[in-house]
Amino acid sequence: MVDGWLDYTLRTVALGAALLGGMSGALGAFVFLRRQSMAGDAIAHATLPGVVLAFLLTGQREPYLLLGGAALAGGAGVLLWIAITRWSRVKQDSALGIVLSTFLGGGVLLLNLVQNRPGAYQAGLNHFLFGQAATLLSRDVVLLAAGALGVSVLLLLFWKEFQLLSFDRAFGASLGWPMQRLDIGFTLLVVAAIVLGLQSVGVVLMSALLVAPAAAARQWVDGLGAMVLLAAVLGAVAGVSGTLLSALWTGLATGPLIVLCASTLVLFSLLLAPRRGLVWRQLDRLAAQARLR
Amino acid sequence: MGASLEIQLIAVTAAVACALVGVFLVLRRMALMADAISHTVLLGIVLSFFVVQDLHSPWLLLGAALMGVATVGLVEALQRSGLVAEDAAIALVFPALFSLAVLLIGLYARNVHLDADVVLMGELALAPFERVLVFGLDLPQSLVVLAGVLLLNLLCIGLFYKELKLSTFDPVLAATLGIAPALLHYGLMALVAVTAVGAFDSVGAVLVVALIVTPPAAAHLLTDDLQRMLLLSAGIGAGSALSGYWLARWLDTNIAGSMALMAGVWFCVIWAAAPERGLVALLRRRARQRWQVAERVLALHLRSAEEEGSTNLVDRLPERLRWEPKFAHQVLRRAEANGLVQHQAGGLVLTERGRQQADYSSSRITGSS
Repeated sequence: MVDGWLDYTLRTVALGAALLGGMSGALGAFVFLRRQSMAGDAIAHATLPGVVLAFLLTGQREPYLLLGGAALAGGAGVLLWIAITRWSRVKQDSALGIVLSTFLGGGVLLLNLVQNRPGAYQAGLNHFLFGQAATLLSRDVVLLAAGALGVSVLLLLFWKEFQLLSFDRAFGASLGWPMQRLDIGFTLLVVAAIVLGLQSVGVVLMSALLVAPAAAARQWVDGLGAMVLLAAVLGAVAGVSGTLLSALWTGLATGPLIVLCASTLVLFSLLLAPRRGLVWRQLDRLAAQARLR
Repeated sequence: MGASLEIQLIAVTAAVACALVGVFLVLRRMALMADAISHTVLLGIVLSFFVVQDLHSPWLLLGAALMGVATVGLVEALQRSGLVAEDAAIALVFPALFSLAVLLIGLYARNVHLDADVVLMGELALAPFERVLVFGLDLPQSLVVLAGVLLLNLLCIGLFYKELKLSTFDPVLAATLGIAPALLHYGLMALVAVTAVGAFDSVGAVLVVALIVTPPAAAHLLTDDLQRMLLLSAGIGAGSALSGYWLARWLDTNIAGSMALMAGVWFCVIWAAAPERGLVALLRRRARQRWQVAERVLALHLRSAEEEGSTNLVDRLPERLRWEPKFAHQVLRRAEANGLVQHQAGGLVLTERGRQQADYSSSRITGSS
């Protein structure tokens, strides 16, 4: 009986992690190619005040509500970032740093406010910092599945547009495509994926789940389609293995474990991927030296 | 000294120390390196804690600073390998090292006062409780540490001001003049790491990033002069620290988070109101240019009508220039006030000045002299 329950919980949580990893991996491929890896980090940090504010205002810990708040705050962070880079001399990297630290600071302030309330149940909001996949329920998995499906459909529908956005934005603009709108649309898609990952991975580390599978996949393949698929698979592998490890060592936060699994994949790929891998490169160099001698 | 005053002193010292090194990071477009370093110093602290088994040992600072420099080295090695771009290199390295630190704490150091939440948010309110005796003075430990860090920063920036300035604005010239940019670069990164460690011990990683990036960026909106930028940045940092402290005290909440939030608020205020580079100034300049263009178009139009000999243009302005009647009326009023046009018996005519203006514009447009 207990075993059956455990299996069921584990299955739920692992399925959720696989869906999340696959979705972030696929989207992350574009984020990686567009060189917006750190933007993912800033967006993820920026969602925290939304989560806490949603809880403070409504007093409920309904996940949809909290994630809705997170999405609003993340979206606001993105718009502020774009506004600062467009309408001031502040460069992209500083603008990201400002958005990230200001929003996270606000989130920490609010979180502390909640925790200091006499008698208030702090609602497991701390889990949003480092993630606790064990708290995933089957309806969260349904939400993740819907999110993954939505992301796949949108990626297929706008494949050409997003491809052009990643590789040759100017050419897209010269064709008369609304590149600015596509850019904002894509970034909001990333916000959605990040928000869906908050429960399992947390605001601090969610960006790694976007970037790491993509960086690993890039070492093995060259085509965009293959890269997106491989990144999705690697993301799912990292998600599932991290979650299972966290379930084995109860109490350890899931986010860091998932990130370490993904980082291991990256390290392996950087060293050993055929042609690009550092090990092969070093061997080639040694062989070349031997020939010259 | 009361606890409240001590906390404010610690906060201001941390803010000024961060703001000074932050200026160079922001100008070198390396703001996100601060984010990375402030996260990975945790791993340095954890690893050195395993060696010395004492949370208050100065070796922890050294270990953390070394880890900060190692982070920069790792990011740059990854970037140089050409396998991933710069932003991805940062985004790969620091989450991995930070995750490792969080896990090590969770596995081996749970009973110790070393908590990932504290690392993020800091516990400035508790800083006055840990005290040391310095020259017979009973001072909070973090104030002493931060004052040391601030002095170190002032000393390094003062000694290498010329070199830092040159290598920031013109690295190629700096290299030709025999200033080793790489050495200076790693020196600066070590300084950032030491500052991050010193500050994050009492105020948390979030605040470190906020204080390193935000005040210098705000100062950059106000000035082009490096010395003035350093001063302004320190001032804005101190202002964020003090206003953040009082906001936190009023709301009874976390001081570090509140300081980070206030830094962002001050940035937004300065961004809105800065003379020349602020949003308001920008919008006003755009509005002024819009009227200027409209007035010139009007003058050009009247001039060509003059040459054709047609009259009574005012009523036909909206259709000929596709202007709204109200807008056309406003343009006319402004042009009249600026002495470009005047009313005569036969209707609206150009003044001599308006004619010159129109001829000048048309020569600029056609490119003839």
